[in-house]
Amino acid sequence: MGAGRLYAAVAAGGFRRYATYRAATLAGVFTNTVFGLILVYTYLALWDVRPHLGGYDRTQAVTFVWLGQAFLSTLAIGGGGVEDELMERIRTGDIAVDLYRPADLQLWWLSADLGRAVFQLVGRGVVPFVFGALFFPAALPSDPVTWLAFAGTLPLAMLVSFGIRFLVALSAFWLLDGTGVVQMAWLAGYFCSGMLLPLNVFPGALGETVRALPWSSMLQAPADVLLGHADPLATYAFQGAWAVALLAAGRLVQSLATRRVVVQGG
Amino acid sequence: MADLPGLTDVPGLPGPTGFTDPTGFTRTEQRGRLREGLRAYRLIAAMWIRSTMAYRVSFLMTTVGNFAASGLDFAAILLMFSRVDALGGYSLPEVAFLYGLTTVSFGLADLAIGSMDRLGRRVRDGTLDMLLVRPAPVLAQVAADRFALRRLGRVTQGLLVTGYALSRLDLHWTLPKLLLMPVMLLSGGGIFCAVFVAGAAFQFAAQDASEVQNAFTYGGTTLLQYPPTVFAKELVRGVTYVLPLAFVNWLPAAYVLGRPYPLGLPAWTAFASPLVAAACCALAGLAWRAGLRSYRSTGS
Repeated sequence: MGAGRLYAAVAAGGFRRYATYRAATLAGVFTNTVFGLILVYTYLALWDVRPHLGGYDRTQAVTFVWLGQAFLSTLAIGGGGVEDELMERIRTGDIAVDLYRPADLQLWWLSADLGRAVFQLVGRGVVPFVFGALFFPAALPSDPVTWLAFAGTLPLAMLVSFGIRFLVALSAFWLLDGTGVVQMAWLAGYFCSGMLLPLNVFPGALGETVRALPWSSMLQAPADVLLGHADPLATYAFQGAWAVALLAAGRLVQSLATRRVVVQGG
Repeated sequence: MADLPGLTDVPGLPGPTGFTDPTGFTRTEQRGRLREGLRAYRLIAAMWIRSTMAYRVSFLMTTVGNFAASGLDFAAILLMFSRVDALGGYSLPEVAFLYGLTTVSFGLADLAIGSMDRLGRRVRDGTLDMLLVRPAPVLAQVAADRFALRRLGRVTQGLLVTGYALSRLDLHWTLPKLLLMPVMLLSGGGIFCAVFVAGAAFQFAAQDASEVQNAFTYGGTTLLQYPPTVFAKELVRGVTYVLPLAFVNWLPAAYVLGRPYPLGLPAWTAFASPLVAAACCALAGLAWRAGLRSYRSTGS
C-alpha cells in the first residue's frame, strides 16, 4: 500500500509540474490548433479526390486530424516527455541518486510520465479537439459505449508511448549523448503512429508493416476505436501486448544498465 | 564623447535614460551600426561553427537528422500522391516545386537566425543581461546565438526537392522566370526572418509562450508546401494580406508555373516579394525595438 501511495504522489507531482506553466500550455494549445487547421485542409483536399480513402469518409478524416493534435503532446509523439530529463540525469550521473532511492526506477518515471500525459491531455489536447469538432464536420460517436471504449485505449496508448521512450532514454547509459537516438525516435514516432497521415492510407506492404508496429497503438488504434473502425477488445489486446513487451524490455535493459552504473561508479 | 565614436554608437548599451533612441542616429552612424552588427554576427556564428566542428561525428549525425526531419513532410506528400494524381488541382512536381521553394526559404532563415526562439529562455534565466552589456548590437548577438550549421540539412533537402521538381516540370524558361528563382528564395528567406524576429520580440512580453512562434514559422512553411487551392479563402486572405507568407512562394510560383494567381491577384504581385520582404523586416525591426525597450531585467 505504501508503494502505491508513493507512485501516486509522483504522478500527481508530474501533473502539477506541467500545470504550472500556464502561458506555455496556452501557447501549445494555440500552436496545435493552427497546425490542425492547416492539416485539415490538406486532408480534405486528399479526400475530395478519393472520397473513401483508407475506409474513412471526409468527416472521419477531419476527426483524425484533431485527435492527432490532441495526442501529440499527450503521448509525446514529437518528444517532450520525461525522457529528456531522465537522459540528462543519466549523462550527469545524477541517476545514481535515483537508483539509491527506495523506489523502482521504471515505475518512478512511468508515474511521472503518466501524470504529465494526463495533464497534457486535459490542458493541451481537449481544446484543439473541441475547436475542431465545433468548426469542422466531425464524426463523433453518439453512443456513450464507443466513447468509453475509446477512453479505454488511452491508458494503454500512454503505456506504449512511455515504454518506447524509456528504452530510448536508457540508451544514454551506453551513448551518453542521446540526441541522435531521440531524433530517430521521434521521426519513427511521427511516421509510424499516424501523425503524418492515417496509417490506413499507407499503400500496400508499407501500410501493413506500420500498422503492426507499436507506434500504431498510440494514434491509429485509439482513432479507429473512436471512429468505429476497429473492435475495442482486439485493439486492447494489440496495445496491451505491445505495452507488456516494451515495459518488459525496458526492465531488462534497466537491469543491464544499472549493473553498468555500479561498474562505472567508483 | 565626440572623439570617441566607438562608444556612442554602441547600440544596445543602456544609457542613463534607458536605451539609446535609434532615431537619434545620423545616417553614417546607422550604417556603422549595421556594419558593427554584421561583424558581431559573423564572429559569433564563426565561434559556434568552430565549437560544432569539435564534434564532427555529432555534427554529421545531427545534420542528417535535420535533413530527415525536414524530409518527413515530403514523405507525407509522397504518401498522398501514392493514392491520388493531383491535390487541389496540382500535380506532384508542381507541389514539389512549392514544397522545395518554401523549404529552402525557411531553411535559410532558420539557418541564419533560427535560434532566436531561445530568447524567452534567456529572459527567464537572466542571461539576456549579459548580452546587453556587450559592445555589440543585441539583435546580432541573439540572432547568432547557438548558430547551428546542421540546419544546412533542411536547405539541402529543399534544394533536392526543388531540383526534382524542375527536372519533372516542363517549364518554358524565360529570363524573368529565371531571375525570379533566386529572388524568390532570398525574399522568402527575408519574410521568414521577419517572422523569427517578430516572434522573438513577442517573447519579451510572453516568455513562456515561445511555442506560439512555431505556429507561424513551422506552421507557415507547412502551409506553403501545399497549393493555395487547398485552403479556405479566408485562410489564403490571411496569409496574403495580414501575414504575407503567400509572397514566399505561392505568388511567384504562380508566375513560374503559369498557374492562376490566388485570390485573383494581378500578375505584378509575383514580383513584389522583395518589397514585401523589406517591409516585413522593417516592421519586425520596429517590433524588436519595442520589445527590447520594454525589457526589464529580473535583477537576479
